[in-house]
Amino acid sequence: MKLNENYEPVIGLEVHAQLLTKTKAFCGCPTTFGSEPNTNVCPVCLGMPGTLPVLNRNLVEFILRMGIATNCSIAPRSIFARKNYFYPDLPKGYQISQYEEPICTNGWVEIDIDDGSRKKIGITRIHMEEDAGKSIHDIEVDTLVDVNRCGVPLIEIVSEPDLRSPKEAYLYLSKIKQIVTYLGICDGNMEEGSLRCDANVSVRKKGEKKFGTKTEVKNMNSFRNVERALEYEINRQIQLIEDGGEVVQETLLWDANQNVAVPMRSKEEAHDYRYFPDPDLVPVLVDEKWIARVRADLPEYPTKRRDRFVAELGLPAYDADVLTVEKGVADYFEETLRKLSSVSGKPAKEDAKQVSNWVMTDILRVIGEQKIDIDDSPVSPNRLAGMIGLVYDGTISGKIAKEVFEEMLTSKDDPKSIVQRKGLLQVSDSGELEKVVDEVLASNQPQVEKYIGGNEKVFGFFVGEAMKVTKGKGNPKIVNEILRKKLQALKN
Amino acid sequence: MQTELTFDETQKNILSGATTCEKVLDDYLQKIDSTKQLNAFLSVFHEEAREHARRVDRKIASGTAGKLAGMVVGIKDVLCMKGKKVTCGSRILENFESLYNATVVDALLNEDAILVGKTNMDEFAMGSSTENSAFGPVLNPVDKTRVPGGSSGGSCVAVAAGLSHTALGTDTGGSIRQPASFCGVVGLKPTYGRVSRYGLVALSSSFDQIGPFAHTVRDAATVLGVIAGHDERDSTSAEVPVPDYAQFLSKDVKGVNVGLPVEAFADGLNDEVRSNVEKAIDVLRAAGASIYDIHLPHSRYNISTYYILMTAEASSNLARYDGARYGFREDEARDLASMYTKSRSEGFGAETKRRIMLGTYVLSAGYHEAYYKKAQRVRRLIQNDFVQAFAEVDCILMPTSPTTAFSFGEKAHDPLQMYLSDIYTVSANLAGIPGISIPYGTDTKGLPVGVQLLGKQFDEPTILRVADFLESTLKGQES
Ligand SMILES: [Zn+2]
Repeated sequence: MKLNENYEPVIGLEVHAQLLTKTKAFCGCPTTFGSEPNTNVCPVCLGMPGTLPVLNRNLVEFILRMGIATNCSIAPRSIFARKNYFYPDLPKGYQISQYEEPICTNGWVEIDIDDGSRKKIGITRIHMEEDAGKSIHDIEVDTLVDVNRCGVPLIEIVSEPDLRSPKEAYLYLSKIKQIVTYLGICDGNMEEGSLRCDANVSVRKKGEKKFGTKTEVKNMNSFRNVERALEYEINRQIQLIEDGGEVVQETLLWDANQNVAVPMRSKEEAHDYRYFPDPDLVPVLVDEKWIARVRADLPEYPTKRRDRFVAELGLPAYDADVLTVEKGVADYFEETLRKLSSVSGKPAKEDAKQVSNWVMTDILRVIGEQKIDIDDSPVSPNRLAGMIGLVYDGTISGKIAKEVFEEMLTSKDDPKSIVQRKGLLQVSDSGELEKVVDEVLASNQPQVEKYIGGNEKVFGFFVGEAMKVTKGKGNPKIVNEILRKKLQALKN
Repeated sequence: MQTELTFDETQKNILSGATTCEKVLDDYLQKIDSTKQLNAFLSVFHEEAREHARRVDRKIASGTAGKLAGMVVGIKDVLCMKGKKVTCGSRILENFESLYNATVVDALLNEDAILVGKTNMDEFAMGSSTENSAFGPVLNPVDKTRVPGGSSGGSCVAVAAGLSHTALGTDTGGSIRQPASFCGVVGLKPTYGRVSRYGLVALSSSFDQIGPFAHTVRDAATVLGVIAGHDERDSTSAEVPVPDYAQFLSKDVKGVNVGLPVEAFADGLNDEVRSNVEKAIDVLRAAGASIYDIHLPHSRYNISTYYILMTAEASSNLARYDGARYGFREDEARDLASMYTKSRSEGFGAETKRRIMLGTYVLSAGYHEAYYKKAQRVRRLIQNDFVQAFAEVDCILMPTSPTTAFSFGEKAHDPLQMYLSDIYTVSANLAGIPGISIPYGTDTKGLPVGVQLLGKQFDEPTILRVADFLESTLKGQES
């Protein structure tokens, strides 16, 4: 969809990320996804009379990771507030959140935009809160409530209105996903709802300083939907203004099936949440020592890692991008490289491209086909490095290596024993290879004459034939040498 | 009847073999059954308590009994006991049973107290007369035409009428001290954070504290020693060590600096109450305590500040009673909104609804700043008044209530008059400091007068020491 060039969209995103803590935010219940309804519950998260919330320290630990990774200021003292509203899947009648004094403020992340430059996107605040339950509207039995999700910890990441196109919003959201998964604090799955996104959208004439009236778009449950919904809403607003109308501040729900954003009934959005500090919880105190510890334990920031792969390992930018999209892949790559360098004794820079090729083409293909996490790859970094090492020391050829790799997918044996078991050892015996070459030359007289006649292009043909005879096991370097020697002799 | 004895005396008799827990309990159960018209208890655990008493007797025989072995205790029906109803004096929770024990309940059981039943109260602890219970008012045993005070009226009367040795109440704005004063017993509100609130159905979370009613300061101190302490299930409970409170009951007040807030002895104080309180002051002075006038300049904002913040928190705390998951649900409801409004309109009483509306109002957009925020700032000023006062004195003495027990209906239709009966008690809750009310004489109608002592945060020892001394001088007079 093309957007009217005379207008500039202004977009801010509110992203909710469900945290991967083992237990809930304010009780000891497990956060396991997909349990039987209403089984991961206790008096506290059921909001039973008399119960009190107790803060899970891991929630603070996780949000500190996010805050530090996104360059936020960390408040030494922050407080929880109650967000009051009635809903059957909200057992206490309020949600514990942060309002006036959030823990993280004033941060930023960078996105790589289309013109090749990097753009800073401001983060207004990141705060902690608990999730509500789930209402299941079943026509047969009216409404059912599952409170398993009640009290599962969330962080809300609120961006500045710095995004200027649906594409930028998409890139920003991808960046947030990349960071949370890198930090290991959220699985980043939008379809399952562990990452949720609402958008504030307005448009203004190009060059105009003032913001237009904004609307809020909710219910965009995939990356693709975010882009589509924003395109839709921006066009709607532009059209409205072009037709002489005015944008009304309202909340719209994205309907992915119809590809339209439908306004919520005004009654549903007329909330006065009556926030006030939750008297059941004490202020969250974070000292410099805690921040320093989290900072020290922080995994390398993805952009930094990508840049290091290019600068220090000499990888092409494309390779570095692919390898750093997910932390697990980058970790796998580096682990393999480390193992290989310790075997080969060469500087990492010399092995990097070789390893990158294997990870990008073979490993990523396999985990894609098997729909598994890279941590569960049937070929561990250790075994992959071992196999590449066999190519290095001439035990097998590059071509055989592919065969060995396929075998490693189903066999737990180390690469060396696979090579031995399957008789794939490279033939480097010149006597044996000389016989093969003689045989090839003898049975391909026409090509030999061509070569002697000056057509040196057929050289490759002889190599191919010789490899075929050795079933790929011939050492190509030695085969080459022998061929060259023999053909030269014939020429003279 | 053994129900005339304090726990201290009873336990001596039990340990010496003169009686048993079971016999003691039977006397209490008999008395509870014969005084039903007082309406002090909402439920009585006859069989369970008897079984428990026999178990404690066996433990005494084997020398493994806890500190409270032989103590018969009433529990305000706002504290959770597993498998027992916790009505909070409300129709909305009339048939609701708790899934777990409050921390204080476990603490009492661990020391072998016998929990005899749940006591009546103002609905959700909202009230100063126990007239707001959905299950009928509690009568003051001193004069049955008068209220026992509130909101812990049932627990207070349980002790005053000799239906239990001690009882637990809760004090959000005076709900232990004011009834103690009206019925002539000892009522102690500990420092905020001294006793875990886990399992106390919240009225107003930043004010609520659990504390004991008892016949003597010593018995109150004994119970406090058992229920006080940090609880990891209540983030607001303090990690301050619990002293042995009994060691401070020295019958000596020499050198103690006692402050009298000038504001509390101004107009509006009943003359007979005043003269009894002044007697207590004279006794302390004669015993070597130093008496000083002090100022609590922001005290005239106590009631308004308290009623803004308390109702704000209450409106949120009571949101969970919506008919959706447990408690009363109006079956006529056809949709979500009508289920909420009908269930809550029918389930809650008038005072509860009044406070929910007030609290919702003061938190609403447009009023939040003028009411809630401002009241929070004033609360800090009031707290600061006490910090400054306690830089000069060790404890503060004043009346517990401006009047003695009033008659049924006297204030029930004038909420403001009712709220003003908390005028001397709310400051301790606003400041989070401990307070105790002890009986000190009677007015000409024979109605008890209460003297209140307030202490520094976690300085229960000082107020217990002074209260114990005053109690001893009174006993001296009687004998
Ligand atoms: Zn739970």
